[in-house]
Amino acid sequence: MAAMDWESVIGLEIHVQLATRSKIFSGAEAAFGAPPNTRACAVDLGMPGVLPVLNREAVRMALTFGLAIDAEIARTCRFDRKNYFYPDLPKGYQISQFDQPIVGAGVVEMEIDGATRRIGIRRAHLEEDAGKSLHEDYADMTGIDLNRAGTPLLEVVSEPDLRTPAEAEAFFREMHAVVRYLGICDGNLNEGSMRGDANVSVRPRGQQRLGERTEIKNLNSFRFLRQAIAHEIDRQIGVLESGGGVVRETRLYDPRADETRPMRGKELSDDYRYFPDPDLLPVRVTSELLAEARALVPELPRAKRRRYREDLGLSDSDTGFLTGDPDVAAYFEATLATGCGAKPAANWIMDRVAASLNRSGLDISGCPVAPEQLGRLIARIEEGVISGKIAGTVFDVVWEEGGEVDAIIDARGLRQVSDTGELDRIVRQVVADHPEQVEQFRAGKEKVLGFFVGRVMRETGGKADPRQVNVLLRDALRAR
Amino acid sequence: MDRQTLDRLTRLSQLQLSPEEERLVLEDLGHIVALIDEMQAIDTEGVEPLAHPLDMDQPLRHDAVTEAVDRARFLAVAPLTRDGLYLVPKVVE
Repeated sequence: MAAMDWESVIGLEIHVQLATRSKIFSGAEAAFGAPPNTRACAVDLGMPGVLPVLNREAVRMALTFGLAIDAEIARTCRFDRKNYFYPDLPKGYQISQFDQPIVGAGVVEMEIDGATRRIGIRRAHLEEDAGKSLHEDYADMTGIDLNRAGTPLLEVVSEPDLRTPAEAEAFFREMHAVVRYLGICDGNLNEGSMRGDANVSVRPRGQQRLGERTEIKNLNSFRFLRQAIAHEIDRQIGVLESGGGVVRETRLYDPRADETRPMRGKELSDDYRYFPDPDLLPVRVTSELLAEARALVPELPRAKRRRYREDLGLSDSDTGFLTGDPDVAAYFEATLATGCGAKPAANWIMDRVAASLNRSGLDISGCPVAPEQLGRLIARIEEGVISGKIAGTVFDVVWEEGGEVDAIIDARGLRQVSDTGELDRIVRQVVADHPEQVEQFRAGKEKVLGFFVGRVMRETGGKADPRQVNVLLRDALRAR
Repeated sequence: MDRQTLDRLTRLSQLQLSPEEERLVLEDLGHIVALIDEMQAIDTEGVEPLAHPLDMDQPLRHDAVTEAVDRARFLAVAPLTRDGLYLVPKVVE
Protein backbone atom coordinates (compact mmCIF):
# COMPACT_ATOMS: atom_id res chain seq x y z
CA MET A 1 0.00 0.00 0.00
CA ALA A 2 1.32 3.42 -0.90
CA ALA A 3 2.11 5.52 2.14
CA MET A 4 -0.52 8.17 2.71
CA ASP A 5 0.51 11.80 3.20
CA TRP A 6 -0.59 12.65 6.75
CA GLU A 7 -0.89 16.05 8.34
CA SER A 8 -0.72 16.44 12.09
CA VAL A 9 -2.75 19.03 13.98
CA ILE A 10 -1.59 20.17 17.42
CA GLY A 11 -2.98 22.46 20.06
CA LEU A 12 -1.33 23.21 23.39
CA GLU A 13 -2.69 24.01 26.82
CA ILE A 14 -0.01 25.65 28.89
CA HIS A 15 -0.23 26.05 32.65
CA VAL A 16 1.73 29.08 33.72
CA GLN A 17 2.46 29.39 37.44
CA LEU A 18 2.07 33.06 38.30
CA ALA A 19 4.91 34.57 40.31
CA THR A 20 2.82 36.08 43.10
CA ARG A 21 4.05 36.20 46.67
CA SER A 22 0.91 34.65 48.13
CA LYS A 23 -1.59 32.13 46.80
CA ILE A 24 -4.51 32.90 44.55
CA PHE A 25 -7.21 32.55 47.23
CA SER A 26 -5.28 32.62 50.51
CA GLY A 27 -2.55 34.56 52.30
CA ALA A 28 -0.20 31.55 52.50
CA GLU A 29 3.19 31.94 50.85
CA ALA A 30 3.47 30.61 47.30
CA ALA A 31 7.00 29.24 47.39
CA PHE A 32 8.73 26.27 45.84
CA GLY A 33 10.90 23.91 47.87
CA ALA A 34 9.59 24.53 51.39
CA PRO A 35 9.29 21.55 53.78
CA PRO A 36 6.07 19.62 53.00
CA ASN A 37 2.80 21.15 54.11
CA THR A 38 4.38 24.20 55.71
CA ARG A 39 2.83 26.50 53.06
CA ALA A 40 -0.67 25.05 53.10
CA CYS A 41 -3.03 27.08 55.29
CA ALA A 42 -6.61 26.33 56.32
CA VAL A 43 -7.98 27.81 53.06
CA ASP A 44 -5.63 25.71 50.90
CA LEU A 45 -6.56 22.61 52.89
CA GLY A 46 -10.27 23.24 52.40
CA MET A 47 -11.00 23.28 56.12
CA PRO A 48 -14.67 23.80 57.00
CA GLY A 49 -15.77 27.40 57.22
CA VAL A 50 -12.97 28.99 55.22
CA LEU A 51 -13.62 31.34 52.33
CA PRO A 52 -11.41 32.12 49.32
CA VAL A 53 -10.45 35.77 48.68
CA LEU A 54 -9.01 36.53 45.26
CA ASN A 55 -5.44 37.83 44.95
CA ARG A 56 -5.44 41.13 43.05
CA GLU A 57 -1.95 40.57 41.67
CA ALA A 58 -2.96 37.27 40.04
CA VAL A 59 -5.75 39.12 38.25
CA ARG A 60 -3.34 41.90 37.24
CA MET A 61 -0.86 39.37 35.82
CA ALA A 62 -3.56 37.61 33.79
CA LEU A 63 -4.58 41.00 32.38
CA THR A 64 -0.98 41.91 31.53
CA PHE A 65 -0.72 38.64 29.61
CA GLY A 66 -4.00 39.26 27.82
CA LEU A 67 -2.92 42.74 26.76
CA ALA A 68 0.47 41.45 25.59
CA ILE A 69 -1.18 38.99 23.18
CA ASP A 70 -3.78 41.52 21.95
CA ALA A 71 -6.56 39.45 23.44
CA GLU A 72 -10.14 40.31 24.20
CA ILE A 73 -10.36 41.11 27.91
CA ALA A 74 -13.51 40.28 29.84
CA ARG A 75 -15.20 43.17 31.65
CA THR A 76 -16.43 40.76 34.24
CA CYS A 77 -15.43 37.16 34.73
CA ARG A 78 -16.39 34.39 37.07
CA PHE A 79 -14.97 31.44 38.93
CA ASP A 80 -16.45 27.96 38.66
CA ARG A 81 -15.89 24.73 40.52
CA LYS A 82 -14.39 21.86 38.55
CA ASN A 83 -15.34 18.75 40.47
CA TYR A 84 -13.22 15.61 40.71
CA PHE A 85 -11.71 13.46 43.41
CA TYR A 86 -8.00 13.09 43.85
CA PRO A 87 -6.08 13.12 47.15
CA ASP A 88 -3.97 16.15 46.22
CA LEU A 89 -7.13 18.19 45.65
CA PRO A 90 -8.36 18.71 49.22
CA LYS A 91 -11.71 20.35 48.52
CA GLY A 92 -12.85 17.77 45.98
CA TYR A 93 -13.02 20.57 43.42
CA GLN A 94 -10.63 22.97 41.78
CA ILE A 95 -11.57 26.63 41.58
CA SER A 96 -11.19 27.46 37.90
CA GLN A 97 -12.92 29.45 35.19
CA PHE A 98 -15.28 27.79 32.74
CA ASP A 99 -17.43 29.83 30.37
CA GLN A 100 -16.31 33.29 31.51
CA PRO A 101 -12.49 33.32 31.39
CA ILE A 102 -10.65 36.55 32.13
CA VAL A 103 -8.77 36.51 28.79
CA GLY A 104 -10.44 35.71 25.47
CA ALA A 105 -9.10 35.23 21.94
CA GLY A 106 -5.63 36.60 21.17
CA VAL A 107 -2.55 35.78 19.14
CA VAL A 108 1.09 34.85 19.78
CA GLU A 109 3.62 35.59 17.08
CA MET A 110 6.59 33.26 16.81
CA GLU A 111 9.43 32.59 14.41
CA ILE A 112 10.42 29.26 12.99
CA ASP A 113 12.94 28.58 10.20
CA GLY A 114 13.19 32.30 9.49
CA ALA A 115 9.44 32.70 8.96
CA THR A 116 6.88 34.35 11.22
CA ARG A 117 3.84 32.33 12.32
CA ARG A 118 0.81 33.67 14.15
CA ILE A 119 -0.70 31.15 16.55
CA GLY A 120 -4.22 31.78 17.80
CA ILE A 121 -4.91 31.76 21.53
CA ARG A 122 -8.44 30.66 22.28
CA ARG A 123 -8.52 31.81 25.90
CA ALA A 124 -6.55 32.08 29.12
CA HIS A 125 -8.13 31.54 32.51
CA LEU A 126 -7.16 31.73 36.15
CA GLU A 127 -7.27 28.71 38.42
CA GLU A 128 -5.66 27.22 41.50
CA ASP A 129 -2.99 24.52 41.32
CA ALA A 130 -3.37 21.19 43.14
CA GLY A 131 -0.92 19.66 45.63
CA LYS A 132 1.61 16.94 44.88
CA SER A 133 1.29 13.19 45.26
CA LEU A 134 4.46 11.29 46.13
CA HIS A 135 4.06 7.68 45.08
CA GLU A 136 7.53 6.29 45.55
CA ASP A 137 8.58 6.51 49.15
CA TYR A 138 5.82 4.78 51.10
CA ALA A 139 4.84 1.16 50.55
CA ASP A 140 1.11 0.88 49.76
CA MET A 141 0.64 4.53 50.65
CA THR A 142 0.84 7.81 48.82
CA GLY A 143 2.27 10.88 50.52
CA ILE A 144 0.49 14.20 49.98
CA ASP A 145 2.24 17.57 50.06
CA LEU A 146 -0.23 20.41 49.72
CA ASN A 147 2.26 23.30 49.56
CA ARG A 148 1.47 23.82 45.87
CA ALA A 149 -2.31 23.73 46.45
CA GLY A 150 -3.70 27.18 45.75
CA THR A 151 -0.74 28.44 43.75
CA PRO A 152 -2.13 30.70 41.00
CA LEU A 153 -2.12 29.29 37.48
CA LEU A 154 -2.92 30.92 34.19
CA GLU A 155 -4.03 28.21 31.77
CA VAL A 156 -3.42 29.34 28.21
CA VAL A 157 -5.25 27.38 25.52
CA SER A 158 -4.03 27.64 21.93
CA GLU A 159 -6.05 27.05 18.79
CA PRO A 160 -5.07 23.87 16.92
CA ASP A 161 -2.86 26.02 14.70
CA LEU A 162 0.37 24.04 15.10
CA ARG A 163 1.31 21.49 12.44
CA THR A 164 4.60 19.86 13.49
CA PRO A 165 6.38 18.88 16.71
CA ALA A 166 9.01 21.55 15.91
CA GLU A 167 6.29 24.20 15.65
CA ALA A 168 4.82 23.08 18.96
CA GLU A 169 8.24 23.40 20.57
CA ALA A 170 8.78 26.84 19.03
CA PHE A 171 5.41 27.94 20.39
CA PHE A 172 6.20 26.62 23.87
CA ARG A 173 9.54 28.47 23.76
CA GLU A 174 7.85 31.68 22.63
CA MET A 175 5.29 31.41 25.44
CA HIS A 176 8.14 30.80 27.88
CA ALA A 177 9.90 33.94 26.67
CA VAL A 178 6.70 36.02 26.74
CA VAL A 179 5.73 35.15 30.32
CA ARG A 180 9.28 35.78 31.48
CA TYR A 181 9.41 39.16 29.70
CA LEU A 182 6.13 40.04 31.38
CA GLY A 183 7.58 39.02 34.74
CA ILE A 184 4.47 36.97 35.52
CA CYS A 185 6.27 33.58 35.78
CA ASP A 186 9.78 32.57 36.77
CA GLY A 187 9.84 30.14 33.82
CA ASN A 188 11.59 27.45 35.83
CA LEU A 189 10.65 24.30 33.93
CA ASN A 190 12.45 21.97 36.36
CA GLU A 191 10.22 23.19 39.16
CA GLY A 192 7.08 22.82 37.04
CA SER A 193 6.50 26.56 36.67
CA MET A 194 5.30 25.94 33.11
CA ARG A 195 3.61 22.68 32.12
CA GLY A 196 2.11 21.81 28.79
CA ASP A 197 -0.63 19.44 27.68
CA ALA A 198 -0.73 18.66 23.96
CA ASN A 199 -3.82 17.78 21.93
CA VAL A 200 -2.70 15.79 18.92
CA SER A 201 -4.54 14.41 15.90
CA VAL A 202 -3.67 13.42 12.35
CA ARG A 203 -5.62 13.58 9.08
CA PRO A 204 -4.89 12.89 5.42
CA ARG A 205 -3.38 16.06 3.97
CA GLY A 206 -6.08 18.13 2.30
CA GLN A 207 -8.90 16.86 4.50
CA GLN A 208 -10.80 19.63 6.30
CA ARG A 209 -12.31 17.62 9.13
CA LEU A 210 -10.03 17.00 12.12
CA GLY A 211 -9.10 13.46 13.08
CA GLU A 212 -9.89 12.03 16.53
CA ARG A 213 -7.44 13.47 19.06
CA THR A 214 -5.60 12.35 22.13
CA GLU A 215 -4.26 14.52 24.93
CA ILE A 216 -0.74 14.08 26.29
CA LYS A 217 -0.41 15.41 29.81
CA ASN A 218 2.32 17.09 31.81
CA LEU A 219 5.05 17.96 29.33
CA ASN A 220 7.51 20.14 31.20
CA SER A 221 10.54 20.43 28.96
CA PHE A 222 11.03 21.74 25.42
CA ARG A 223 12.62 18.47 24.32
CA PHE A 224 10.06 16.14 25.91
CA LEU A 225 7.23 18.17 24.42
CA ARG A 226 8.64 17.77 20.91
CA GLN A 227 9.52 14.09 21.40
CA ALA A 228 6.18 13.17 22.95
CA ILE A 229 4.22 14.83 20.14
CA ALA A 230 6.44 13.26 17.45
CA HIS A 231 5.96 9.87 19.02
CA GLU A 232 2.20 10.30 19.35
CA ILE A 233 1.88 11.36 15.68
CA ASP A 234 3.77 8.23 14.60
CA ARG A 235 1.62 6.06 16.85
CA GLN A 236 -1.63 7.49 15.48
CA ILE A 237 -0.49 7.09 11.87
CA GLY A 238 0.48 3.50 12.67
CA VAL A 239 -2.96 2.80 14.14
CA LEU A 240 -4.77 4.36 11.16
CA GLU A 241 -2.60 2.72 8.50
CA SER A 242 -3.18 -0.70 10.02
CA GLY A 243 -6.91 -0.11 9.69
CA GLY A 244 -7.64 0.84 13.29
CA GLY A 245 -9.12 3.98 14.81
CA VAL A 246 -7.63 6.50 17.24
CA VAL A 247 -9.35 6.40 20.62
CA ARG A 248 -9.99 9.71 22.33
CA GLU A 249 -8.07 9.45 25.58
CA THR A 250 -5.52 11.03 27.86
CA ARG A 251 -1.98 9.70 27.61
CA LEU A 252 1.22 10.17 29.57
CA TYR A 253 4.66 10.47 28.01
CA ASP A 254 7.45 8.29 29.36
CA PRO A 255 10.73 9.95 28.34
CA ARG A 256 12.78 6.88 29.28
CA ALA A 257 10.91 4.56 26.93
CA ASP A 258 10.13 7.43 24.50
CA GLU A 259 6.48 6.44 24.23
CA THR A 260 3.06 7.58 25.36
CA ARG A 261 0.76 5.34 27.37
CA PRO A 262 -2.92 5.68 28.21
CA MET A 263 -3.51 7.16 31.64
CA ARG A 264 -5.40 4.76 33.84
CA GLY A 265 -8.13 5.39 36.36
CA LYS A 266 -9.50 8.64 35.01
CA GLU A 267 -12.34 7.24 32.93
CA LEU A 268 -14.91 9.33 34.77
CA SER A 269 -12.89 12.49 34.88
CA ASP A 270 -14.49 13.95 31.76
CA ASP A 271 -17.57 14.85 33.74
CA TYR A 272 -16.39 17.75 35.86
CA ARG A 273 -19.88 19.15 36.58
CA TYR A 274 -18.74 22.77 36.49
CA PHE A 275 -20.93 25.25 38.32
CA PRO A 276 -20.39 28.83 39.56
CA ASP A 277 -18.50 28.88 42.85
CA PRO A 278 -20.92 30.39 45.36
CA ASP A 279 -17.98 31.44 47.58
CA LEU A 280 -16.75 33.91 44.99
CA LEU A 281 -18.53 36.91 43.51
CA PRO A 282 -18.17 37.95 39.87
CA VAL A 283 -14.89 39.78 39.28
CA ARG A 284 -15.17 43.22 37.73
CA VAL A 285 -12.16 44.20 35.64
CA THR A 286 -11.98 47.90 36.43
CA SER A 287 -10.32 50.46 34.16
CA GLU A 288 -7.90 51.15 37.01
CA LEU A 289 -6.77 47.50 37.05
CA LEU A 290 -6.52 47.46 33.27
CA ALA A 291 -4.39 50.60 33.21
CA GLU A 292 -2.12 49.15 35.83
CA ALA A 293 -1.76 45.92 33.82
CA ARG A 294 -1.11 47.83 30.61
CA ALA A 295 1.66 49.89 32.21
CA LEU A 296 3.50 46.67 33.00
CA VAL A 297 3.65 45.34 29.42
CA PRO A 298 7.30 45.74 28.38
CA GLU A 299 8.85 45.48 24.93
CA LEU A 300 8.01 41.91 23.90
CA PRO A 301 10.28 39.33 22.24
CA ARG A 302 8.80 39.86 18.78
CA ALA A 303 9.34 43.65 18.94
CA LYS A 304 12.84 43.18 20.30
CA ARG A 305 13.69 40.73 17.51
CA ARG A 306 12.55 43.25 14.93
CA ARG A 307 14.52 46.07 16.55
CA TYR A 308 17.72 44.02 16.87
CA ARG A 309 17.51 43.02 13.22
CA GLU A 310 16.45 46.33 11.72
CA ASP A 311 18.15 48.89 13.96
CA LEU A 312 21.21 46.96 15.07
CA GLY A 313 21.70 44.89 11.92
CA LEU A 314 22.03 41.59 13.77
CA SER A 315 21.42 38.21 12.12
CA ASP A 316 18.42 35.99 12.82
CA SER A 317 20.47 33.58 14.90
CA ASP A 318 22.12 36.36 16.97
CA THR A 319 18.69 37.89 17.50
CA GLY A 320 17.16 34.56 18.48
CA PHE A 321 19.85 33.91 21.06
CA LEU A 322 19.77 37.38 22.60
CA THR A 323 15.98 37.72 22.85
CA GLY A 324 15.13 34.19 24.02
CA ASP A 325 15.78 35.09 27.65
CA PRO A 326 14.85 38.54 28.95
CA ASP A 327 17.86 38.53 31.29
CA VAL A 328 20.21 37.95 28.34
CA ALA A 329 18.50 40.76 26.39
CA ALA A 330 18.84 43.08 29.39
CA TYR A 331 22.54 42.21 29.73
CA PHE A 332 23.09 42.82 26.02
CA GLU A 333 21.35 46.19 26.16
CA ALA A 334 23.27 47.26 29.26
CA THR A 335 26.49 46.32 27.42
CA LEU A 336 25.45 48.44 24.43
CA ALA A 337 24.66 51.36 26.72
CA THR A 338 28.40 51.84 27.26
CA GLY A 339 28.70 52.72 23.61
CA CYS A 340 30.33 49.63 22.10
CA GLY A 341 29.25 48.05 18.81
CA ALA A 342 26.22 45.73 18.68
CA LYS A 343 27.81 42.95 16.66
CA PRO A 344 30.94 42.56 18.82
CA ALA A 345 28.78 42.76 21.94
CA ALA A 346 26.54 40.00 20.56
CA ASN A 347 29.57 37.87 19.71
CA TRP A 348 31.15 38.29 23.14
CA ILE A 349 27.91 37.39 24.92
CA MET A 350 27.24 34.35 22.73
CA ASP A 351 30.82 33.06 22.90
CA ARG A 352 32.93 34.04 25.87
CA VAL A 353 30.18 35.01 28.31
CA ALA A 354 27.92 32.05 27.48
CA ALA A 355 30.80 29.55 27.64
CA SER A 356 32.06 30.92 30.96
CA LEU A 357 28.56 30.90 32.48
CA ASN A 358 28.04 27.38 31.23
CA ARG A 359 31.30 26.21 32.79
CA SER A 360 30.44 27.77 36.14
CA GLY A 361 26.79 26.69 36.07
CA LEU A 362 25.65 30.30 36.42
CA ASP A 363 22.73 32.29 34.97
CA ILE A 364 23.47 35.55 33.23
CA SER A 365 21.85 37.41 36.11
CA GLY A 366 24.70 36.08 38.26
CA CYS A 367 27.47 36.87 35.75
CA PRO A 368 30.57 38.07 37.63
CA VAL A 369 31.45 40.40 34.73
CA ALA A 370 29.01 43.30 34.79
CA PRO A 371 27.72 44.42 31.37
CA GLU A 372 29.36 47.84 31.90
CA GLN A 373 32.73 46.13 32.19
CA LEU A 374 32.13 44.00 29.10
CA GLY A 375 31.05 47.08 27.15
CA ARG A 376 34.18 48.95 28.19
CA LEU A 377 36.34 45.96 27.30
CA ILE A 378 34.86 45.81 23.79
CA ALA A 379 35.24 49.56 23.41
CA ARG A 380 38.94 49.27 24.26
CA ILE A 381 39.37 46.69 21.49
CA GLU A 382 37.56 48.99 19.08
CA GLU A 383 39.77 51.90 20.10
CA GLY A 384 42.87 49.78 19.53
CA VAL A 385 43.91 50.05 23.17
CA ILE A 386 44.09 46.24 23.54
CA SER A 387 43.98 43.34 21.11
CA GLY A 388 41.16 40.81 21.06
CA LYS A 389 43.51 38.24 22.55
CA ILE A 390 44.51 40.47 25.47
CA ALA A 391 40.82 41.31 25.96
CA GLY A 392 40.22 37.63 26.66
CA THR A 393 42.83 37.78 29.41
CA VAL A 394 41.28 40.93 30.90
CA PHE A 395 37.83 39.29 30.77
CA ASP A 396 39.13 36.31 32.73
CA VAL A 397 40.73 38.58 35.33
CA VAL A 398 37.47 40.51 35.84
CA TRP A 399 35.59 37.18 36.01
CA GLU A 400 37.94 35.71 38.60
CA GLU A 401 38.96 38.71 40.66
CA GLY A 402 36.48 41.45 39.84
CA GLY A 403 37.75 44.95 39.27
CA GLU A 404 37.58 47.53 36.56
CA VAL A 405 38.69 46.93 32.97
CA ASP A 406 40.81 50.09 32.51
CA ALA A 407 42.51 49.68 35.87
CA ILE A 408 43.44 46.08 35.03
CA ILE A 409 44.80 47.05 31.61
CA ASP A 410 47.00 49.72 33.19
CA ALA A 411 48.07 47.79 36.27
CA ARG A 412 49.19 44.82 34.18
CA GLY A 413 50.74 46.88 31.41
CA LEU A 414 48.46 45.32 28.80
CA ARG A 415 48.01 48.45 26.76
CA GLN A 416 48.69 47.71 23.12
CA VAL A 417 51.90 49.16 21.69
CA SER A 418 50.24 51.58 19.33
CA ASP A 419 53.02 54.14 19.51
CA THR A 420 54.11 53.82 15.89
CA GLY A 421 57.67 54.91 16.67
CA GLU A 422 58.17 52.18 19.26
CA LEU A 423 56.48 49.52 17.14
CA ASP A 424 58.36 50.63 14.04
CA ARG A 425 61.66 50.24 15.89
CA ILE A 426 60.73 46.65 16.89
CA VAL A 427 59.58 45.81 13.35
CA ARG A 428 62.84 47.10 11.82
CA GLN A 429 64.87 45.20 14.37
CA VAL A 430 63.03 41.92 13.62
CA VAL A 431 63.46 42.45 9.88
CA ALA A 432 67.17 43.22 10.31
CA ASP A 433 67.67 40.09 12.42
CA HIS A 434 66.30 37.73 9.76
CA PRO A 435 67.84 38.44 6.34
CA GLU A 436 67.19 34.91 5.12
CA GLN A 437 63.41 35.20 5.66
CA VAL A 438 63.45 38.65 4.08
CA GLU A 439 64.91 37.11 0.91
CA GLN A 440 62.22 34.44 0.91
CA PHE A 441 59.49 37.07 1.24
CA ARG A 442 60.92 39.13 -1.57
CA ALA A 443 61.09 36.00 -3.72
CA GLY A 444 57.30 35.86 -3.38
CA LYS A 445 56.86 33.58 -0.40
CA GLU A 446 54.02 35.52 1.24
CA LYS A 447 53.65 32.97 4.03
CA VAL A 448 56.84 34.22 5.63
CA LEU A 449 54.94 37.31 6.69
CA GLY A 450 53.30 35.21 9.37
CA PHE A 451 56.70 34.37 10.76
CA PHE A 452 57.56 38.08 11.07
CA VAL A 453 54.19 38.89 12.67
CA GLY A 454 54.79 36.15 15.22
CA ARG A 455 58.24 37.53 16.06
CA VAL A 456 56.97 41.08 16.48
CA MET A 457 54.09 39.91 18.70
CA ARG A 458 56.54 37.99 20.83
CA GLU A 459 58.79 41.04 21.17
CA THR A 460 55.82 43.18 22.26
CA GLY A 461 54.44 40.56 24.63
CA GLY A 462 51.27 40.28 22.55
CA LYS A 463 50.48 43.93 23.05
CA ALA A 464 50.70 45.04 19.42
CA ASP A 465 47.71 45.43 17.13
CA PRO A 466 48.22 42.64 14.55
CA ARG A 467 46.73 44.76 11.77
CA GLN A 468 49.12 47.58 12.49
CA VAL A 469 52.01 45.12 12.66
CA ASN A 470 51.04 43.79 9.25
CA VAL A 471 51.07 47.22 7.67
CA LEU A 472 54.40 48.19 9.25
CA LEU A 473 56.00 44.89 8.30
CA ARG A 474 55.02 45.15 4.66
CA ASP A 475 56.44 48.65 4.55
CA ALA A 476 59.68 47.56 6.18
CA LEU A 477 60.09 44.50 3.96
CA ARG A 478 59.52 46.47 0.79
CA ALA A 479 61.71 49.37 1.89
CA ARG A 480 64.98 47.53 1.78
CA MET B 1 -34.56 9.89 37.30
CA ASP B 2 -33.51 6.31 36.69
CA ARG B 3 -31.24 3.81 38.35
CA GLN B 4 -28.51 4.22 35.74
CA THR B 5 -28.28 7.98 36.29
CA LEU B 6 -28.19 7.45 40.03
CA ASP B 7 -25.34 4.95 39.67
CA ARG B 8 -23.39 7.44 37.67
CA LEU B 9 -24.01 10.22 40.18
CA THR B 10 -22.99 8.14 43.18
CA ARG B 11 -19.83 7.08 41.37
CA LEU B 12 -18.96 10.67 40.49
CA SER B 13 -19.62 11.78 44.07
CA GLN B 14 -17.78 8.81 45.56
CA LEU B 15 -20.81 7.81 47.59
CA GLN B 16 -21.94 4.34 48.58
CA LEU B 17 -25.65 3.95 49.26
CA SER B 18 -27.52 1.11 50.89
CA PRO B 19 -30.55 -0.23 48.93
CA GLU B 20 -32.84 1.65 51.31
CA GLU B 21 -30.90 4.89 50.85
CA GLU B 22 -30.92 4.40 47.11
CA ARG B 23 -34.72 4.14 47.12
CA LEU B 24 -35.03 7.36 49.16
CA VAL B 25 -32.48 9.30 47.13
CA LEU B 26 -34.03 8.18 43.86
CA GLU B 27 -37.39 9.47 45.04
CA ASP B 28 -35.89 12.74 46.32
CA LEU B 29 -33.94 13.41 43.17
CA GLY B 30 -37.04 12.62 41.13
CA HIS B 31 -38.86 15.47 42.90
CA ILE B 32 -35.94 17.81 42.38
CA VAL B 33 -35.68 17.00 38.68
CA ALA B 34 -39.41 17.55 38.30
CA LEU B 35 -39.02 20.95 39.95
CA ILE B 36 -36.17 21.82 37.59
CA ASP B 37 -38.27 20.72 34.60
CA GLU B 38 -40.99 23.07 35.78
CA MET B 39 -38.50 25.94 36.10
CA GLN B 40 -37.11 25.23 32.66
CA ALA B 41 -40.55 25.78 31.17
CA ILE B 42 -40.27 29.47 32.14
CA ASP B 43 -39.43 31.78 29.26
CA THR B 44 -36.00 33.29 30.12
CA GLU B 45 -35.39 34.80 26.70
CA GLY B 46 -33.19 37.89 27.10
CA VAL B 47 -32.60 37.33 30.82
CA GLU B 48 -28.94 37.49 31.87
CA PRO B 49 -27.97 34.40 33.87
CA LEU B 50 -27.33 35.25 37.50
CA ALA B 51 -23.81 34.30 38.59
CA HIS B 52 -24.40 35.10 42.23
CA PRO B 53 -27.42 36.13 44.30
CA LEU B 54 -25.49 39.03 45.85
CA ASP B 55 -25.34 42.07 43.61
CA MET B 56 -21.72 42.86 44.47
CA ASP B 57 -18.25 42.55 42.95
CA GLN B 58 -15.57 40.25 44.26
CA PRO B 59 -13.30 42.14 46.67
CA LEU B 60 -9.61 41.70 45.83
CA ARG B 61 -6.88 40.96 48.33
CA HIS B 62 -3.44 42.55 48.20
CA ASP B 63 -0.68 40.12 47.35
CA ALA B 64 0.85 39.73 50.80
CA VAL B 65 1.71 36.69 52.89
CA THR B 66 -0.59 36.90 55.89
CA GLU B 67 -1.01 33.26 56.93
CA ALA B 68 1.53 31.52 59.12
CA VAL B 69 1.08 27.77 58.78
CA ASP B 70 1.09 25.70 61.95
CA ARG B 71 1.70 22.37 60.26
CA ALA B 72 1.61 20.26 63.41
CA ARG B 73 -1.88 21.53 64.20
CA PHE B 74 -3.20 20.60 60.77
CA LEU B 75 -1.44 17.24 60.67
CA ALA B 76 -2.85 16.37 64.11
CA VAL B 77 -6.38 15.97 62.74
CA ALA B 78 -5.33 13.69 59.86
CA PRO B 79 -5.70 9.91 60.28
CA LEU B 80 -2.20 9.15 59.04
CA THR B 81 0.89 11.30 58.50
CA ARG B 82 4.63 10.79 58.08
CA ASP B 83 7.60 13.10 57.49
CA GLY B 84 5.22 16.05 57.36
CA LEU B 85 3.13 14.42 54.63
CA TYR B 86 -0.50 13.32 54.74
CA LEU B 87 -0.65 9.62 53.90
CA VAL B 88 -3.49 8.13 51.87
CA PRO B 89 -4.04 4.68 50.39
CA LYS B 90 -1.85 4.19 47.32
CA VAL B 91 -3.01 6.13 44.29
CA VAL B 92 -1.86 4.59 41.04
CA GLU B 93 -1.01 6.98 38.25
